[in-house]
Amino acid sequence: MDTMLDPTVLQTLWFALIGFFFLAYFVLEGFDFGVQMNVGAFWRRGDAARGTVLKTVGPVWDGNEVFLITGGALLFAAFPEWYASLFSGFYLALLLLLLVLIVRVCAFKWRGKVDSARWRTSWDIVHVLGGFAPALLWGVAFSNIVAGVAIDENRWVTTSLVGLLNPFALLGGVVFVLLFWLHGTLYLTLKVTGELRAAANRLAGILVWPTILAGAAYLLWYQLAHSHAGWTWVPLLIAAVALVAVVPLNRLRREGLAFTATVAAISASVVTLFGGLFPYVLPASNTPAHSLTVANASSTEHTLTVMLVALCILLPLILAYTFWAYRVFRHRVTDEESDLPGSALLEKAKAGYREAFEQE
Amino acid sequence: MEALDIARWQFGITTVYHFIFVPLTIGLSLLVAVMQTTSVLSKDPVRKDAWTRMTKFFGSLLIVNFGIGIATGIVQEFQFGMNWSEYSRFVGDVFGAPLALEGLAAFFLESVFLGLWIFGWGKLPEKIHLLTIWAVAIGSTLSAYFIIAANSFMQHPVGAMLNPETGRAELDPSQGSLWAVLTNVTAMAAFPHVVSGAWLVAGAFVTGVASWHMVRHHNRARDIGLETPEGEEHHHAARDLYRPVVRFGVIAMFISAIVLVVSGDFQAQIMFKQQPMKMASAEALCETETGASFSILTVGGPNAFSENCDDVTHLIEVPYVTSFLATHTFDAELQGVNDLSAQYQEQFGETVTDVHGQEIAVDYRPNLFVTYWSFRLMMGLAAFSGILAFWALWVTRGKGENARTTGSKLFQWFAVLSIPMPFFANSAGWVFTEMGRQPWVVHPNPDDPTIRLMTTQAVSGNPGWMVATSLIAFTLVYGVLAVIWFQMMRKAALKGVPLPKRDPDSDELDTPTLSFEY
Repeated sequence: MDTMLDPTVLQTLWFALIGFFFLAYFVLEGFDFGVQMNVGAFWRRGDAARGTVLKTVGPVWDGNEVFLITGGALLFAAFPEWYASLFSGFYLALLLLLLVLIVRVCAFKWRGKVDSARWRTSWDIVHVLGGFAPALLWGVAFSNIVAGVAIDENRWVTTSLVGLLNPFALLGGVVFVLLFWLHGTLYLTLKVTGELRAAANRLAGILVWPTILAGAAYLLWYQLAHSHAGWTWVPLLIAAVALVAVVPLNRLRREGLAFTATVAAISASVVTLFGGLFPYVLPASNTPAHSLTVANASSTEHTLTVMLVALCILLPLILAYTFWAYRVFRHRVTDEESDLPGSALLEKAKAGYREAFEQE
Repeated sequence: MEALDIARWQFGITTVYHFIFVPLTIGLSLLVAVMQTTSVLSKDPVRKDAWTRMTKFFGSLLIVNFGIGIATGIVQEFQFGMNWSEYSRFVGDVFGAPLALEGLAAFFLESVFLGLWIFGWGKLPEKIHLLTIWAVAIGSTLSAYFIIAANSFMQHPVGAMLNPETGRAELDPSQGSLWAVLTNVTAMAAFPHVVSGAWLVAGAFVTGVASWHMVRHHNRARDIGLETPEGEEHHHAARDLYRPVVRFGVIAMFISAIVLVVSGDFQAQIMFKQQPMKMASAEALCETETGASFSILTVGGPNAFSENCDDVTHLIEVPYVTSFLATHTFDAELQGVNDLSAQYQEQFGETVTDVHGQEIAVDYRPNLFVTYWSFRLMMGLAAFSGILAFWALWVTRGKGENARTTGSKLFQWFAVLSIPMPFFANSAGWVFTEMGRQPWVVHPNPDDPTIRLMTTQAVSGNPGWMVATSLIAFTLVYGVLAVIWFQMMRKAALKGVPLPKRDPDSDELDTPTLSFEY
């Protein structure tokens, strides 16, 4: 029991790295989900407005999703037992998640490929689903990971899908939805102009209140009932302060700072969840001895070392070109694109595009 | 059906489905990169105009295809844990590493730079923008490399030891560790084979689509008459726009054919050493033979292929060929399925304990029907590409003003018919190599057979109805998406490129600026 709760430095570091990949995934893909939810929120503004909303994440959502794909693979490499028990144990929940992730990728890639309003409307429905459903499912899944599930002696999870839908997990699902929705709405205020920008500002002002309430209830519940650490009060408070700060920042139209605040709130929440989970990775709620821990679910020290070297070489490169991509597409997306530097070029490009793809 | 069978069906369906799109992405991203390079480097305005249009045309097809490849790839990674948790526990220490490297080195590169390529037209300088499509091409090829390295560990485990304490395969520095996994001879043979298979898919695709348009414009020009400006336009489209691309695709097919044959030959040799059972079942070779022949047609009784090997009759045979394929000598002795089966029973036992702790009998023979025919299908379907390549080369022969195009409807339809054939050949190859490995999921390395795992020992403990639910759900969603994908590809391919217009005053072409949007 003792060795099982006593991980090495390398194992602890890898636990933190897995946490980092999920943190990056939730911060980045979080606003993609929120932007997709706003396809629904701004539905009545029409086809063109929905297109503008989606265009704000067009160049970057794909790279954001890779944080999940790579995070999943790193989980497999560093903690094979965690990966095996978690993925086989949360089978039906993951199945639902995978199905919505699949159709949402197609919605992004295919929405604009056929010039028909009906076609785009159909994919917009998928977009709304593709924003809400994954956020909800991630919330439910993560809450169950940190709160623990029933595990038998084969390390097979015995909690059923209905068991996963417990009150704490459902609250987690609601919190993830609200938080990402707010996050994506604030992202929109940064990326669009005019009437749409004002609408996003108003929506953020409304969304922030239920987010604060549900978020506070969820994190306090977690900290008091499930957390294995006391120090996570610190990130918990940071998350709370950041979330409350959104209220005045959004009112003052300090859009950059307001968005930074939700980045901080999501980051601090993920740190709270992962920090409180340590030294477990999947606690057993029935028999504590069946728990999967950082120490007993990991790969060998040798494998962890090799993968750490690979990560140290590749991660800076990835961060560098991802950052560059965000810089290239840092401008606001407008219907006319007229206030952009180099807009003449873009006009020419659009004319060329129309000529090529819309006319026979 | 039990959970095991359903899980196997699911893996087969999702993997074959995923691998419809992946080879086209790998091959086409490279070919589009070459097209754009040609366009950027061309001094001649007509040539530059033609290749710019073609880059856009095939680029838009690439984007449609890319999305579904990514979407189905997520399932691939997750289902190891979902359906094959005991496999994941057994090999995770080794197998997870190449998967993680695939994400770190390849997926980020592909997706970030694809975004830059699609949205960066007109925003990035021309040369930088050209580099982004090369990054996409390199990224997609790298991802193939890492996934082949991972798969090769299942075919021929290296770089690891069995830890008797944990019962797991673990990377071992004394065995060469991750480096040995990444330079596994099995991977070195399979990687060029898979990538050149992808080039064949893309080459046949490009030649097929371009041929269809070339014939169409050729006939339009002939019907209208070359003297009219419109007829001249169609003549230009057939000869200067599509004809070079038809030939470009043929070059890609020829290069891929050479790499396919050389790497395939090398693969057969190592397969003979590493997995003799797979080689024997590829030929449905029941008894050990010296100078084994290669059969083209084989029949058997109702149970011949799966149950009773003695029922098999080879009708048409080419002598010595199988022995030659395996060893490069005509009179080599090849062990038959029956002998190997007896040998394995002695070495690895007649029963195995499955994940539920039950002792079950083991059949060491793969499904002979599937291995025999998938092996032949893989090679036989390549004939379509061969005929297409030579036919296309012949009808487009000549140079400069004598450069020919054709109006042959027969050629046009054959070109279109040839497009799906390399896709099927790719699928058949994967079905062969994975089904031929059964009953193993990790085939023992003959030099050190301690690391080995049977498929019955690899599956998750989930009940059959659960796995069946996901099989049905994935199959339905995939089916719908396949229909949409096909319609979109068809529509985009039929559209062709807009014909260039010449400004009568300045004599300049209206070469479009490259741009895509959502």
